[in-house]
Amino acid sequence: MRRLAYLLPLAVLAGLVGLFAVGLHRDPSRVPSPLLDKPAPASTLPVLETSGQVVQPPDMKLSALRGQPLLVNFFASWCVACRDEHDFLLQLAREHSVRIVGIDYKDTDQAARRWLADNGDPYALVLADRLGDAGIDWGVYGVPETFVIDAAGVIRYKQIGPLTEADFRAHVAPLLGSG
Amino acid sequence: MISELGHFALMLALGLALVQAGAPLIGYRRRQPRWLATAVSAAQAQFLAVVVAYACLTYAFVTCDFSVAYVAANDHTQLPLAYRISAVWGAHEGSLLLWVTVLAIWTLAVSLFNRRLPREIGALVLGVLGLISIGFLLFMLLTSDPFVRAYPVPAEGHGLNPVLQDPGLAMHPPMLYMGYVGFSVAFAFAIAALISGRLDTAWARWTRPWTTAAWMFLTLGITLGSWWAYNELGWGGWWFWDPVENASFMPWLAGTALVHSLAVTEKRGLLKSWTVLLAILTFSLSLLGTFLVRSGVLVSVHAFAEDPSRGLFVLCFLGVVVGTALLLFAWRAPKLVTEGEVRLVSREGLLLLNNAFLAACAGAVLLGTLYPLVIDALQLGKISVGPPYFNAVFAPLFVPLIVLVGFAAVLGWKRGRLRESLRRLRWPAAVAVLIAALLPLALVHRNTLAVAAGCLLGAWALATALAEIVRRLRGREWLPALAATSRSIWGMTAAHAGLGLWAIGVALALGFSAERDLRLAPGAMVNVAGYQFAFQGTEQVQGPNYSAQRGSVLVSYNGETIAQLHPEKRNYPAAGQVMTESAVSWNLARDLYVSLGSGYDDGSWSLRLYVKPGVRLIWLGGVLMFCGGLLAISDRRYRLAMRATAAVADEAVAA
Amino acid sequence: MRVIGGTHPAGVACASPNVAGVFVIRALLPLCLLLTVASASAQVQRSRPEIPLTPAQERQYRALLPQLRCLVCQDESLSDSQAPLAGDLRYEVRGLVARGRSDVQVKRYLVQRYGDFVLFKPPFKPSTWLLWAGPFLIAAVALSTVAVYLRRRVRRPLPDAAVDPESLRRLLDQER
Repeated sequence: MRRLAYLLPLAVLAGLVGLFAVGLHRDPSRVPSPLLDKPAPASTLPVLETSGQVVQPPDMKLSALRGQPLLVNFFASWCVACRDEHDFLLQLAREHSVRIVGIDYKDTDQAARRWLADNGDPYALVLADRLGDAGIDWGVYGVPETFVIDAAGVIRYKQIGPLTEADFRAHVAPLLGSG
Repeated sequence: MISELGHFALMLALGLALVQAGAPLIGYRRRQPRWLATAVSAAQAQFLAVVVAYACLTYAFVTCDFSVAYVAANDHTQLPLAYRISAVWGAHEGSLLLWVTVLAIWTLAVSLFNRRLPREIGALVLGVLGLISIGFLLFMLLTSDPFVRAYPVPAEGHGLNPVLQDPGLAMHPPMLYMGYVGFSVAFAFAIAALISGRLDTAWARWTRPWTTAAWMFLTLGITLGSWWAYNELGWGGWWFWDPVENASFMPWLAGTALVHSLAVTEKRGLLKSWTVLLAILTFSLSLLGTFLVRSGVLVSVHAFAEDPSRGLFVLCFLGVVVGTALLLFAWRAPKLVTEGEVRLVSREGLLLLNNAFLAACAGAVLLGTLYPLVIDALQLGKISVGPPYFNAVFAPLFVPLIVLVGFAAVLGWKRGRLRESLRRLRWPAAVAVLIAALLPLALVHRNTLAVAAGCLLGAWALATALAEIVRRLRGREWLPALAATSRSIWGMTAAHAGLGLWAIGVALALGFSAERDLRLAPGAMVNVAGYQFAFQGTEQVQGPNYSAQRGSVLVSYNGETIAQLHPEKRNYPAAGQVMTESAVSWNLARDLYVSLGSGYDDGSWSLRLYVKPGVRLIWLGGVLMFCGGLLAISDRRYRLAMRATAAVADEAVAA
Repeated sequence: MRVIGGTHPAGVACASPNVAGVFVIRALLPLCLLLTVASASAQVQRSRPEIPLTPAQERQYRALLPQLRCLVCQDESLSDSQAPLAGDLRYEVRGLVARGRSDVQVKRYLVQRYGDFVLFKPPFKPSTWLLWAGPFLIAAVALSTVAVYLRRRVRRPLPDAAVDPESLRRLLDQER
């Protein structure tokens, strides 16, 4: 018994090393969203008209988009990492015909239009979150972030940072397929 | 060429460290005095090799040799010379080299001062230090070589991060490392004691000055860091409880416990296995700090994905070093039996309580720091453990320590006389109450219960320490009385007084800080805690490697001008970064603190204005603790005693 | 890895190669401070009308901010952080306080969006029981260990053999 007490520090060390070994493989800055498996926030945002199209009505309630699964992608023209994922989003829209709603986060409409004209427009619809209020409702803390919404309008997955093909295959595609 | 020389010196150092570690262990096993003696030469040669490597990197920085990748990443031709020298430890690779250099300095000191130790103990200590050195040299050479060449050679360097261009920060890492790494000596002594089985009061006496020295450097390092953060970060805070700070605070708490438990082991021959365990734990917490900071498991703002091998290496190293030490402890420590009576009302009883509370404090900080990691690893979500938590749990555990400090000088060893002690504490207690009631009134013309309570604690520690000085000087000639008291007593008194000053400073700064955060047009005036701050506008100024908007704020009190402050918003083009340089006018009673936020087109600026009473006492307390440590290690009994025991030991060997 | 203004904090935004991993107190945090200054210029900041608060609300607002964690510069509270998102969240909190929301309601508003992570003071719930009780458990264990030690030691006389003459002399010196 007395002898065991002397082994206690070693046991604590073993526990800590185990903990750190797990911790080394996790990114501490990624904050999971509490909105998962909850209905998407019902933000109403003005539609950003791209390539000369005129959309009616001028404002759009995000919850009105239910009916089929879709991606909601927060992006901005000033965001460099958004450019990194952009080609993949274009590919998704083109080849997998995934419906993507873009939310232009804290940006000017002209800059966003120019950016989309230069880099291509993967979005079925672009909404402008000029002040970042919708971002707060969605728990966005940086761009890009991408949400997967199922047909019932429930958030099923959140991608923090650029969406890559590997992430898409592992997390997003199953949700779209089944939804 | 220089960089190859540095690289070669590092490899040479690794070879010498292998000898330094291997020879004593083999020599001890085979009882070969010649092998044991090799350790000293190897340690000193390793020191030279490391210093050469360090000098090479410094030379590369001073001459802006951008063909070295690390220099290119952290140096700039416009960087002032002093910051080129401090830029050596401005990032990961170089700070690791500083770590190894500091370890070599401590090792050299051990090899010089411990000539009078029993030969096998001295050699074993050097051997353990050599093992640690091997680990860190390998870490550097395998994952973080500062001498790697850059190709093509860039025309200009990236420059040192502007936040590191500050005198406080230039001195902060070397001091901090002196502390962290210094605990490796106590660790090495503990391992040597466990291997040799020689753990007695003499062992405690050898270990004590080394521990105190490391502790005082760590104290100074943390104090400098706090002061730097206050000056440089622009929002007037002095402690933030973030993981990086906690990483340095945990070894400090454990080291403080060790300093006190060593006193018990030295004077009474008690607590042997606990003291050894503490020596191991203190250094382990230093290593843990290294791991936490370099692996990115906790501090989220630097990307872990950059190089996972570093975190893994430190983790393995930590596991091997600490694991071996604790295994040795579990094997040998049960044999360390101590005899003797211990009573609660005695100095050793007091020190037991001190250790219990310090251990709890260290445990609380460790728990709070690692808990988010545990929750995340168990997939229970993400939580934050921040200042509100630490303040809430730390205060009740730390307050008893300050209360106990008051009894330190009046209770004797073995069997304290409670009644007489209490009688002697009457006056200091009365003085403390008076200070608590009046000091806040004198400084800010008001008082609150919380601040008075904090001041009471601090004043209690301060007054009891001063009473000890008065008692020793009363009715005697001053100088002889000063000289007759051992310096370790003075050291203890100074350190405890420092704790008292610190507590008073914390109470005042927390209780009475006034803050305004607002947008001011040039010519506008605002009142903060009775002080009139008049914003006079900004002008463009040019620094050596930055351009700045320099604000002018005139502060007056009761119509009288007392300070002209010039906060700056600096733009460092080399790093492409903007940096806030706050301006502070201070005296012991209060700080007036101004920092610039952002400017607007109409010439107005957002400013942060603070009036912080007593905040200087926080750092003054830290400096006083450092001085206490300095006094304690200069005590002559360590020098005399070392000679005496060595003579005894040599006779024993001869017989 | 280059510093990228205003990109996602997860792994990118607040770090730069020359300082990542500096073994220095708070080297990481001010870095974040710097970068968000840079990113603030990249993002579009629209000025919004000031929300007036009563003195009591102002106090409530000031007391709330340090308890809330910024999600961009994750080592800073909302009161310290200069990240644009922190500014937006401050504005949001200010608005809530102006509408008479209590501390609990403001925190709930943020937790619903960002999770418990935004609270610097973790909530008291089963997964944090150990966190809140732990320090006091440790203190209790330490103090009871001391108590047991003292009880075992109190009647044990000091054997003469354990005292060497030298340490005896030192003890006497100390008593003097």
